[in-house]
Amino acid sequence: MSDESQRLRVVTDQDVVRVRQLVRTVSVAVKLSLVDQTKLVTAASELARNTLVYGGGGEVEVTRVHNERRAGIRIVFADQGPGIVDLDLALTDGYTTGGGLGLGLSGARRLVDEFAIDTEPGKGTTITIVKWCR
Amino acid sequence: MERVPVLKIGDILLVSIQIDMEDQVALQLQEDLAERIVATGVHGVIIDISALDIVDSFVGRTIATIASVSRVLDAETVVVGMRPAVAITLVELGLSLPGIRTALNVELGIEMLGRRADRDDELFDDDDEPGQAVVTTP
Amino acid sequence: MPLSPDEASRFAELLEGQAEQLAGRWTELAAAGLRGRLSSAELRRQTADLQRGFQQAFAGGALDLGDDAAAELRAQLNELSSNRARQGFSATETAVSIYAFKDATRDALGDQNDAAVLRDYVAFSNFVDQAALFTFDSYVRVREAIIADQAEQLLELSTPVVKLWEGVVAVPLVGTLDSARAQVVMERLLQTLVDTGSPYAIIDITGVPAVDTQVAQHILKTVVAARLMGADCIISGIRPQIAQTIVALGIEFGDIATKASLADALRHVISQSKRSGR
Repeated sequence: MSDESQRLRVVTDQDVVRVRQLVRTVSVAVKLSLVDQTKLVTAASELARNTLVYGGGGEVEVTRVHNERRAGIRIVFADQGPGIVDLDLALTDGYTTGGGLGLGLSGARRLVDEFAIDTEPGKGTTITIVKWCR
Repeated sequence: MERVPVLKIGDILLVSIQIDMEDQVALQLQEDLAERIVATGVHGVIIDISALDIVDSFVGRTIATIASVSRVLDAETVVVGMRPAVAITLVELGLSLPGIRTALNVELGIEMLGRRADRDDELFDDDDEPGQAVVTTP
Repeated sequence: MPLSPDEASRFAELLEGQAEQLAGRWTELAAAGLRGRLSSAELRRQTADLQRGFQQAFAGGALDLGDDAAAELRAQLNELSSNRARQGFSATETAVSIYAFKDATRDALGDQNDAAVLRDYVAFSNFVDQAALFTFDSYVRVREAIIADQAEQLLELSTPVVKLWEGVVAVPLVGTLDSARAQVVMERLLQTLVDTGSPYAIIDITGVPAVDTQVAQHILKTVVAARLMGADCIISGIRPQIAQTIVALGIEFGDIATKASLADALRHVISQSKRSGR
């Protein structure tokens, strides 16, 4: 079951800030704890930047979700960029092709409850994360 | 583009980040600070992040770079005011900011930098009695 | 199976006509199941209220417990189970109180050998069964809420953060640490550091019977997080078995200061802060 979702284009640095703000607003609405809000916004910031830097821009979709027991937030980051050739390597701490710390993907994965990645070289990358209320 | 103000107080540059920074703003701050350190000749930099509700790997890396650059320019950096939720998140993210000095608030940060300045002064303080041996716990 | 409108009105009449006797018989039967833990006056008041509830539901045309006409009755059943749950009665004892209504009514319905009476009894039984199940459900819900409340209170109770000295706070951990509790402790400790501006924290685990990998991880993360914020953590009160476990599990405490007792830890902190001129 899910409510209506909100979408944002990610094309500039400013859009990454907007994604952070949107995720923060929705996290508060869903009543995530302060620490969980911080974790989710941080993860969203990492992944939105990846969408911009590696995916050449794309779209972020933020949705409030529910299952039988809990409320939560699902965020989907989609780009039509070059995709990820070696996924295992990309998910390794410290591995980077963009001159960063290499903590974006692997770190974001540790900050959320569910993490799914769908990528095809040349086609693009879609990452879906979910954080549930405790 | 917004800019983060850099204030000079005595021998210290104080940067209080009050906005949700775009990556470009963070990079600009890194440049501004290096220039101000050289222009003012200060020996300490305090970065107050108590207003930041998140620090992601980009901001973390920028702060680490600022600290390294400052050190090369003979100024010590102290990051102050990190919120508990931010600290917990950074630990989970795997970012431990090695080599960066931290303090709970601006006051403690200034104290920390002051102690370093005192140590430097001692070198030239000829009148100083040889200090009493400090008894430490076994 | 829902009642027919005809049956409902017949039951309403029956319950009204023989209100006194039925309530009396019901009280007797229910009392047997509760073994005297509720005063008979109290029980009598409850059964009389409930009986009126049933009567009004039937009179209002309720054919099923879920009907609007039975809303009042549902509220009564809810209250009954919530009271019973808080008074420490078991779920069975609570439900049996309702089932007893069937037996109380059986004789009043008429000759059991009559097929029509038997049909009525089955229909009536069905309705009471629904009510008893409903009680059971709300009983469980109330108990769950009580348990959740208690767990939370326990969490609050068991994790005090105390100021030990100027600039030094301590958390004496007592009891088993699970992930949820460790997280609460971690957050509260870090917040106290900010609130009090204390650059030192002592985590005392004298009262912790066992440390597993997960708990050790939580403590380590707390220490690292505190460092990021500009505070130092010392771990004290590590008992011999726990030290053995820590080594056996291969947990690296790295350069984190560990002391045998809280007193040692405090001495260490004070000498440290003197040395650094605080």
